[in-house]
Amino acid sequence: MSRFWRQALGVAKRDLLVEGRAGEGIGIVLPVGALAIFVVPLATSGSASLLADLAAPVYWLVTLLFGMQLALRQTATETVPQRRLLVLLGLDPVARFVGRTLSASLLLLGLQLVLIPLVILFYEPEPVPAPVRILPALVLYSVGLAMLGTLAGDLTVGLRTRTALAPMLAAPLAVPLVMGASQSLISVSQGDGILTWTLLLVATDLALAVAGVVTARPLEETAT
Amino acid sequence: MTEPIVELRRIGVRFGTVPVLVDVDLSIAPGEIVGIAGPNGSGKTTLLGVVATLIRPSSGTGSVLGAALGTDDVRRIRPRIGLSGHEPAVYPELSLVENLRFVARIAGVPTDAADRVLADVGLAAAADRPAGRSSHGMQRRIDLARMLMLEPDLVLLDEAHAGLDKDAEVIIDAILRRVRARGGGGLLVSHDAGRLARQVDRVLRIEAGATV
Repeated sequence: MSRFWRQALGVAKRDLLVEGRAGEGIGIVLPVGALAIFVVPLATSGSASLLADLAAPVYWLVTLLFGMQLALRQTATETVPQRRLLVLLGLDPVARFVGRTLSASLLLLGLQLVLIPLVILFYEPEPVPAPVRILPALVLYSVGLAMLGTLAGDLTVGLRTRTALAPMLAAPLAVPLVMGASQSLISVSQGDGILTWTLLLVATDLALAVAGVVTARPLEETAT
Repeated sequence: MTEPIVELRRIGVRFGTVPVLVDVDLSIAPGEIVGIAGPNGSGKTTLLGVVATLIRPSSGTGSVLGAALGTDDVRRIRPRIGLSGHEPAVYPELSLVENLRFVARIAGVPTDAADRVLADVGLAAAADRPAGRSSHGMQRRIDLARMLMLEPDLVLLDEAHAGLDKDAEVIIDAILRRVRARGGGGLLVSHDAGRLARQVDRVLRIEAGATV
């Protein structure tokens, strides 16, 4: 295995171990996300058609808000000694970005897959024909949000206002991701093709990947 | 003539408008260990950061392990620097051995070296204990175990003796002995003048950011 991939996979494994032990993703973000999905039916009149219409918007809203929380958390909890250690170990900053993206993508994809049955249970939306067709969009959406969260977290390292600033930086850039994923779902539901929306997701992910690779090195220097 | 491990000339560091280091000169020859003493806030940790290539000097010139400070060349030599700071660089959620295995994986060292050095620093029995539930002294030992595992050519220890008992001094001795044998160098900051004097070749005193 090349040095780059050994380092990237090492970072991803560490992140997943830390997440598993800290339990914030599973213990806090997931239950609160599930609660948010549960709250909307309580706050509406209980109209079945209204809830069915709200299913997809609520799902994307919850996955965006809580997914971003998961992605941002990883960089936010890294201490100065930990960052300095990685720099002195000769960790390739691009490998770090890729590793972080990998672990956050897996967590985000897990969050999305767990929330789907809850939305179906509480909102009873129209069944989606061939639901497997939406899977590539979910993966591309997760990868995009993961890169966005990692980038926003790195850009705001050391700033006192980072908790407010990082989501403000990330939210507008998440628009094409949400649009691509939500429109893919609508298209699949209507039996239409999703090529246009898949290409939007791919293009956004590529743009974020380029931004991550180009900024990885300068951001590493400012973070120490 | 052998190239110095560290060579700093008239190094200055300012944080905003505040001067933290003023015209500091420092040279560490191959095989030499230098101690840094001085009151709190005198700039000792900042000097260590400059030598670790993590803080860019505002003025002056210097080189570390042959790489000029302030240039991209420092990236090449960073893996040859071992730093143990005030706060141990550990992941509290990972066990002690997992912390070392992660470092080994990133540095490209066989991961079984982690188990070996953990025994060397007397932590074999606590290998699976989460670092976050280990004492400060144990976390410092993990920093030292990392140095034993990676064998850096330049060893930097900030508050070298803080949180460490007399037994741990043997570990520092071993690290310094090995770095001397490799022709590397070391810089130790400590408030314990007695222990510092025993472990280093000479002591440099810093006050208000300047050497005295």
